[in-house]
Amino acid sequence: MLWEVDIFAAPGLPDVVGTETVADAADLGFSPNLTLGFARGYLLQGDLSREQVETLASRLLADPVVERASIGVVGDAVLAESLAGKTGKIVYVLPKPGVTDVVADAARQTAADFGIEPEAVRTFKKYWIDGVDAAEIERLARKLLANDAIEQVAFDELGFDSLQVGSPYKFELKTVAIRSMNDAELETLSKQGQLYLSLVEMQTIQKHFQDLDRDPTDVELETIAQTWSEHCSHKTLAGRISYSGPEGEIFFENMLKETIFGATVKIRENLGSDDFCVSVFADNAGVVKFDDEYNDCFKVETHNHPSALEPYGGANTGIGGVIRDPMGTGLGAKPICNTDIFCFAPPQFDPNELPNGVLHPRRVIKGVVAGVRDYGNRMGIPTVNGSIFFDKRYLGNPLVYCGDVGLIPVDKSFKEPKVGDLIVAMGGRTGRDGIHGATFSSAELTSESETLSGGAVQIGNAIEEKKILDVMLEARDRGLYNAVTDCGAGGFSSAIGEMGEKIGAEVDLNAISLKYEGLSYAEMWISEAQERMVFSVPKDKWPELKALAESEDVEAIVLGEFKPTGRLVLKYDGVTVADLAMSFMHDGRPPVIRKAVYEVPTVEPITVKPEGVELPGQTAVSKTVACPCCGKESGKTSATLDLEAILGSLNVASKHWAIRQYDHEVQGGSVLKPLVGVACDGPGDAAVLRPRLTSRRGLVVSNGMNPNYGDYDAYWMAASAIDEATRNAVAVGADPTTISILDNFCWGNADKPEVLGSLVRAALACRDVSVAFGSPFISGKDSLNNEFRPEGEEPIAIPPSLLISAMGQMDDVAKAVSMDLKEAGNALYLVGETKRELGGSHLSLVRNWVGGQVPTLDVDVAKRTYIAVHKAIQSGLIRAAHDLSEGGLAVAAAESAFAGNLGAEISLAAIKLAPAADGESTALPGVENVDDYWKLFSESNSRFLIEVPVEKSCAFEGILCEAKVPFAPIGKVVEKPELTIFGADGTVAVQGDLADLKLRWQKPFDLGGWYAD
Amino acid sequence: MKPNVLILRAPGTNCDYETAYAFELAGATTERIHVNRLLEDPSIIDRFQIMCFPGGFSYGDDVAAGRVLASKIRLRLFDAVSRFKDADKLVLGICNGFQILIKSGILVADDEIGAPATLTWNDSGVYVDRWAHLEVKSDKCVFLRGVDKMYLPIAHAEGKFMGRDAAVLDALEAQGRLALRYAPGNNPNGAVRDVAGVCDETGRVFGLMPHPERHLDKTQRPDWTRYQNEPDFATKVGDGFAIFKNAVEYFA
Repeated sequence: MLWEVDIFAAPGLPDVVGTETVADAADLGFSPNLTLGFARGYLLQGDLSREQVETLASRLLADPVVERASIGVVGDAVLAESLAGKTGKIVYVLPKPGVTDVVADAARQTAADFGIEPEAVRTFKKYWIDGVDAAEIERLARKLLANDAIEQVAFDELGFDSLQVGSPYKFELKTVAIRSMNDAELETLSKQGQLYLSLVEMQTIQKHFQDLDRDPTDVELETIAQTWSEHCSHKTLAGRISYSGPEGEIFFENMLKETIFGATVKIRENLGSDDFCVSVFADNAGVVKFDDEYNDCFKVETHNHPSALEPYGGANTGIGGVIRDPMGTGLGAKPICNTDIFCFAPPQFDPNELPNGVLHPRRVIKGVVAGVRDYGNRMGIPTVNGSIFFDKRYLGNPLVYCGDVGLIPVDKSFKEPKVGDLIVAMGGRTGRDGIHGATFSSAELTSESETLSGGAVQIGNAIEEKKILDVMLEARDRGLYNAVTDCGAGGFSSAIGEMGEKIGAEVDLNAISLKYEGLSYAEMWISEAQERMVFSVPKDKWPELKALAESEDVEAIVLGEFKPTGRLVLKYDGVTVADLAMSFMHDGRPPVIRKAVYEVPTVEPITVKPEGVELPGQTAVSKTVACPCCGKESGKTSATLDLEAILGSLNVASKHWAIRQYDHEVQGGSVLKPLVGVACDGPGDAAVLRPRLTSRRGLVVSNGMNPNYGDYDAYWMAASAIDEATRNAVAVGADPTTISILDNFCWGNADKPEVLGSLVRAALACRDVSVAFGSPFISGKDSLNNEFRPEGEEPIAIPPSLLISAMGQMDDVAKAVSMDLKEAGNALYLVGETKRELGGSHLSLVRNWVGGQVPTLDVDVAKRTYIAVHKAIQSGLIRAAHDLSEGGLAVAAAESAFAGNLGAEISLAAIKLAPAADGESTALPGVENVDDYWKLFSESNSRFLIEVPVEKSCAFEGILCEAKVPFAPIGKVVEKPELTIFGADGTVAVQGDLADLKLRWQKPFDLGGWYAD
Repeated sequence: MKPNVLILRAPGTNCDYETAYAFELAGATTERIHVNRLLEDPSIIDRFQIMCFPGGFSYGDDVAAGRVLASKIRLRLFDAVSRFKDADKLVLGICNGFQILIKSGILVADDEIGAPATLTWNDSGVYVDRWAHLEVKSDKCVFLRGVDKMYLPIAHAEGKFMGRDAAVLDALEAQGRLALRYAPGNNPNGAVRDVAGVCDETGRVFGLMPHPERHLDKTQRPDWTRYQNEPDFATKVGDGFAIFKNAVEYFA
């Protein structure tokens, strides 16, 4: 029998979900007449009495203080009634069979404590919808209520009366007749089999099996495709590239090795005995020294394509996956903080312009933030740092970067699987989830991707992963295993294939424990079901590990053994279903050879963009928005209006709506939080935490990214990203000589020479700046083919998007500095040189300008600046420091002022602009006092706004002079809550009330409606 | 005597380390013990003086926050915990621990109708992490002795305190059990009567949504850099420390 329990808010209490859903519908352009009532519910299958179901409803499923439950057998008339008195068409939304439903699992397991044992449970959402016709309701279900990738919808009635998942699997060995195929057939096989391998690669596989004089089995083919996928092997960037650009012709045997890895090698040589790298580009995360007892490790991953199809699940499993990287580093690190950086299309995107197969940005944004929130918070890992960027080109292909830092004992930082060790899988069971994730993430998204690859989308189970972590850390400290790695893309195939690469592995697929029946041996092997780790366990330690896992309700099973055969052997029902040479899997892939070209656009004078021409990613709000207080714009200078517009542009605007949903303090080590200042609402430059509660040593985490610059010159975009990440870290107190960095390249289709060219150009900048700063890259990742192809249209490529994540350290967290102004009377300094650099700037964005010089970087000045600023911080001379980035000095001054609720009086007179180069245009369209504008809004790198107590000014200036760092005393902190910036001629250039400026900055991305007028 | 603290952990508990650290800083000894050990042998708790349910997402908070573990306690550990209570010992529940205490009937006993009070979804409908100013409204609670104000972080989605009706709330208030309140303008979740923490009729069992273990150190306050230069900064301790100190001193 199938029982249904509908749960409603008790009389007099608000229907929170219902109200929220109506608001979301309005955002998507649905009729204001729409009314909606919500109930959450459970389907309970089994031989249960009404009394038993009532017991569960009143004591487990519903909260009698605030909720009411309605019970019936599926189909009963009573279930059509809403206890909240709502009427209209009924819509059920349920997870598709096999999709992770953790609430249902918890309900089923806990029911047993009540002595009641349903065979199966599933949750659902139920809506009563009125005010619009059936077609609109159907559209609402598709656009907002359900996601077809993971959920099924039923109208009026449920339409089934039993919960069956899976049916028995009958073993049948499948081989693929690849030897006889012609090229066309090979390509078809690659595409339709979702192998996504190139013809050359397919031919190599064909040749291999022709030599073996047999055809491959399906699972052999899948295993090779996983191992050779872009996602797992980074074959393009680590491949041969012939590049021609402003640097001339360069031929790379291995582009990454010769740029980014090469830089790290050189830095380590230069550092000699001061080298703080422990393990770089070798393990699942890069490892560096933290103190005498611990190292820390850092990894940042992307989960873009799954997040495009199912934002919640994609982001959820994205963060869940990257957390397993430090967990799978060395003998297992303890995750201590998360970071996340997202790129979206603007939330105001016109719903009517949405191409087929694309979710509205609002839905993507809310889903992604919720997905990261629910996983990180449940794991008990603070999310301490991040950014969100907006650009229309991210519409069909949002970017979701997730990072995790782990802490690992010095003597547990390396792993080595041993011959004869058991292959042990721990954690969640294996289902059909995520099949083809590795190959799919390397392919271009199309409007059919969802139907094609829905299986690649999953929902995570954070608690399963937390349980593994609890067991793993205990087992690690008891020395119960020799190696551990995570099951990520490619599932067991990649995890065991990599771990056994140097030895050989034999696996019995029958041992894999399944979520439900019906998986073929091939599906079991390549499934990317989440929350699984693989351990290399000495036979004599296995009983203790097994007992430990069982004692915490974690499933651990022996899948096989690492045997010294150099082969990967898979068996099912005693039959050998795969027998591959590890050497062919890992070294047999033909080198990818690519052409790359880059042409640096010549620097044009800044002009207003021609009518009708769309600036890439125009996301600024109108700069004539009325003042929320008085509704007028009376008597404001143009620079004031420009400042207000930039503060209100989405990239700059406050991200509190997202930040406040993340636990950024769990584990008790939080020092500088994402939001700082008097009212805890100012934009901190970087996070500082104290990972060891018994120590004062601090870890600093920051990031740098600016896709706008990529439209001008990929080299300076990359250089600026490294500089931004570094200056953010230095601003809060990080020692610049302890900084290590990570690269994450998200690019378009790298088969196109000009696309790959911009990537190579960026990588060259990474090499140059990393070496000059002495900041080694310790890990990185790339995600290519970030394009979306709307039906019958040209693909939309994302802008080149390089994220630089930085990790630094400080000896005593009590020396940390925040960006909010502290005390009236203190002196304000602009540190660093201001050049005429407005190309790709936010002033250009809000003014609709094009052209101009993109910010460049003088690495020597930058390095001197960071060392000097750090010295001043260590000497206790600095009360507040804020890095200058989007919007330049004007924005930094406004942010520091309203964060400290203290005014600032600033004069631009003392600032010396770098001399203009020959023929460089210094004019700005429609601007008279041009030099003031350059000084206010230029986005030149390596600059800070710094507050210094007057009595310490002399010492502060001394340090800067000694280091030959350019600086200018520009004004002072004042009581009156007002920002006043005087132009070089002494007239007022910018004037704003702090409360007003802050509100303009807080409102544009205030999706939760915190800051109403 | 130096009290021994049982830090109860379950799948999804995630504040156990820093909570144990807080008690140790206050002079106690601690053991982190998995609930499965207690279910196997409830008598384990008899060797402890303080029992603490730390924050986190026990069993994922799936179904409802704290509900699964609360059900296990109701059905399988209620006698052991009641015995512990009656032995003049202390019980503390922080955040998820508060949700567990109230949903298991340990903190506010069921009456003939059922559970008189609960913790449910924030008015905003979403998880929120922010700091809140708190006021102590009664001298009943052992953990709040000598405290009148605190500034602590909250981090939860289901922290809105609700009573079944006004009568229930009046009774609890009259007994001085609605001990900890959000200061005016600081209520983060819509809790009735701004309730942030509740104690039982003895004052020895206390549950609160804010996280005292997250404000032990002078550098944990979100605005601490504004006080960096003050003479007493070096010796400052966080507001949350008092709660653990009081617990330990109860056995002095």
